[in-house]
Amino acid sequence: MKLSVNGVEHELDVEPEMPLLWALRDALGITGPKYGCGIAQCGACTVHVNGLAVRSCVLRVGDVQGPVTTIEGLGQADALHAVQAAWIEHQVAQCGYCQSGQIMAAAAFLAIQPEPTDEQIDRAMSANLCRCGTYTRIREVVHTAAAKLREA
Amino acid sequence: MGRLAKITRRTFLVGAAALVGGFAVGYVAYKRDPKNPLLDDLADGASTLNPFLLIDAQGITVITPRADVGQGAWSVLAALIAEELDLAWGQFKVDPGPPSAAYYNGKVAAEGFPIAATSDSFFARNGRAFGDVVGKLLGLQVTGGSSTVADAFDRLRVAGATARRMLLIAAAKQTGEPIDSLSTRDGQVLTADGRAFSYVALAPAAARLAPPHEVALKPASQWRLLGKPMQRIDMVAKCTGTAAYGIDLRLPGMLHATVRTNPFLGGGIRGFDAAEARSMRGVVAVLPVKGGFGVIADNTWRAFEAAARVKADWGPPAHAFATDALFAEAAASFVAERRDSRFKDEGDVDAALAAAGASAIEAEYRVPCLAHAPLEPMNAVAQWQDGRLDIWTGTQIPRFVLAAAAELSGLDEHQIHLHQQISGGSFGRRLEDDYVRQAIELALAHPGPPIKMTWTREEDMRHDFPRPFAVARMRGVVADGRVQAFDLGIASASVTASQMGRIGQSVPGPDTAIVAGAWDQPFAIPNYRVTGYRVPDALPVSSWRSVGASGNGFLHECALDELIHAAGADPLAERLRLCTHEPSRRLLQAVGEMSDWGTPLPAGRGRGLAYTLSFGVPVAEVVEVTATAAGIRVDAVHVAVEVGKVIDPVNFEAQVQGGVLWGLGHAMFAELTHAGGRVEQSNFHDYTSLRLYQTPRIEVRTFETTGEVRGIGEPPVPPVAPALANAIFAATGQRIRELPLVKQIGFV
Ligand code: FES
Ligand code: FES
Repeated sequence: MKLSVNGVEHELDVEPEMPLLWALRDALGITGPKYGCGIAQCGACTVHVNGLAVRSCVLRVGDVQGPVTTIEGLGQADALHAVQAAWIEHQVAQCGYCQSGQIMAAAAFLAIQPEPTDEQIDRAMSANLCRCGTYTRIREVVHTAAAKLREA
Repeated sequence: MGRLAKITRRTFLVGAAALVGGFAVGYVAYKRDPKNPLLDDLADGASTLNPFLLIDAQGITVITPRADVGQGAWSVLAALIAEELDLAWGQFKVDPGPPSAAYYNGKVAAEGFPIAATSDSFFARNGRAFGDVVGKLLGLQVTGGSSTVADAFDRLRVAGATARRMLLIAAAKQTGEPIDSLSTRDGQVLTADGRAFSYVALAPAAARLAPPHEVALKPASQWRLLGKPMQRIDMVAKCTGTAAYGIDLRLPGMLHATVRTNPFLGGGIRGFDAAEARSMRGVVAVLPVKGGFGVIADNTWRAFEAAARVKADWGPPAHAFATDALFAEAAASFVAERRDSRFKDEGDVDAALAAAGASAIEAEYRVPCLAHAPLEPMNAVAQWQDGRLDIWTGTQIPRFVLAAAAELSGLDEHQIHLHQQISGGSFGRRLEDDYVRQAIELALAHPGPPIKMTWTREEDMRHDFPRPFAVARMRGVVADGRVQAFDLGIASASVTASQMGRIGQSVPGPDTAIVAGAWDQPFAIPNYRVTGYRVPDALPVSSWRSVGASGNGFLHECALDELIHAAGADPLAERLRLCTHEPSRRLLQAVGEMSDWGTPLPAGRGRGLAYTLSFGVPVAEVVEVTATAAGIRVDAVHVAVEVGKVIDPVNFEAQVQGGVLWGLGHAMFAELTHAGGRVEQSNFHDYTSLRLYQTPRIEVRTFETTGEVRGIGEPPVPPVAPALANAIFAATGQRIRELPLVKQIGFV
């Protein structure tokens, strides 16, 4: 089957019921999306499909219709996405394991809600678990990221 | 490690102050510095000036030999060396280095001694120094006990300053310039006339010099890095998906695996039928491991799927642990035979209680078992090939892992190579070696390729070593608006005995963890007693962020709050009246100011105060809540902390915020329960965590007045739960004596 990830077309020979997460991580070696729960509870595996945030641990790779973007495709160290730049400025990550998912969730959310309120941020970002407790900074950083995106 | 294994096998003394096969012999060994492990396998053209510094043609590598589990250990350790060595931030690489006695932790053992952090007695001073002896003698390379910064603060600055001095001497010899005319900046030695010599070029000559015996450290006023906001070295990688955790490792020819062990704890496996699993796509092997089986495949998900099809014949549980029975056992443990410690016994508690008769106040409190559940499930990569065993994993106990690997494989330790990885959280979980042993077992049974063993979240939840449950009984007397007597008994399982037992050690004497954060609080209550009781044969338990204090903060501070209210006193004023430790009094006053303590609140709102001294760090917290129609909303947490010296204020604040939210979320929602010998929770749907919408505002005020450098990973945790419960009492009149609070009251 074909899968477009971060602008690259891949030819994949895996079972269609394999979750996208494991196709990315183990078949393609794209390890930015993380495994945290496997049952859509934590958000560590969040990627974009057609620009929308999805839980790749519960999305069968055979059901993926459209291009996939992972944290690696969102931006790189020398070409950061505004959300990543804001995250670095606020020094959000602790262990960082949830942060790929947090950043992907925030980027997808801000694309449709460029001027979010605190309540909207709470609602949009509460599906992403952080065991280290970076939530205080996440609430601040999404505002910063929104401002950066509006400037851009 | 051979030495460590031998010494520890004789006796391992953490809980009580005893030591090890002959003190005189030990003292000589203590004075000698362990060998620099970087000298082994030193590549051509590479130089090492001490165990913390490697310089080769590619540049400078700073060795950061603690586990980075998210607390930023590698950044802070690197900063200590870079400060004295005059390296620019970012001009060096960091590497955790090999396991070695040279990387011993001189502070972590001291936490086990029954010495109050506020005590300056002869015994206290010598006991703390004794911790350094134990750590160095045993080569205890351990990350834990909030000890990383405290342990490294002097040692790594000295390492940086010593290396700088050697580079200066080498430059003076080479240039003929007097050493005092030379200076250093950004990895170079500079001459007065402006010539620059890089450390890289000078290193081979410097490495041949004997290290100076004494060096002067920079005064804090000259610091360029320390005490200033830093950019953590891992931040860009963690925000671009390029940080490779142990679970992300990719090696040529690597296979993927998972392990299942008996969900009935300790039950073992009688046999298994893997016919179906073996026929599944990508499955390479299904093998027995201790207590269960492992599946090796070409993809982690295929290994998970195949493991689910293996028909295991599980043995019955070693103990049919059940939560109700465990609590009943704890409640039955307040008896003389189970008394473990009574480090605090002031005044005459029995007389005060007898005199009070029926007016004495009594209450029982309890806290549940809790899972660590770091977001990265346990994993390890192992490869056995050509008589060499390689292990890649995140661990807080690298030298114990090495010893375990030697025991499992029969290899000598020099044939085993442990590669430390960054971890997606730990909270104490990676003080255990069970998951690494499993990966090693698979590698030994399937030689050749590297095998990455990854647990499912379900395996992780069901096979944690939890924070132990505890029951506390409080009795108290109040009169004249004051607390006159406070008697606290705490019955819990011994973390120290359980954890050390798993590495074959028995620990004599009482376990300070049972009463940590309760017996050592600086309050001058006229009749004041804290007694620990050990619940025997309870389930295996372990260190969980802030260890004993994690539950004892709740037990002590809610009980004290209850007495203060019974006395008709104000919780802040009465604690201030009782508190004998001046730095702690400042913290209490600070959170009072921050929270406008004493100003009236509308009905349905409340403030709660708690204070806990743990790991030598006093922390006061006020939680503000509102009782809404949808449940309790946590509005704010005000935190005041005294830590002596802050190395990186940005990361420091993150650790305080993280500790507060860790304590808060678990206090509100989390418990791990057992039935029929197995854990009842399996994943984050039934082991619930705090979410963003439930997160309060957090305000932090930091004091650096004592000059004592301390760690901050754990101390913010213990006071949150009691401050929250006390706030709920203030807002609603409901006194909740059991965690998680959600069993008694709803949250927004
Ligand atoms: S791994 Fe997908 S939501 Fe947790
Ligand atoms: S930063 Fe560790 S889980 Fe979020």
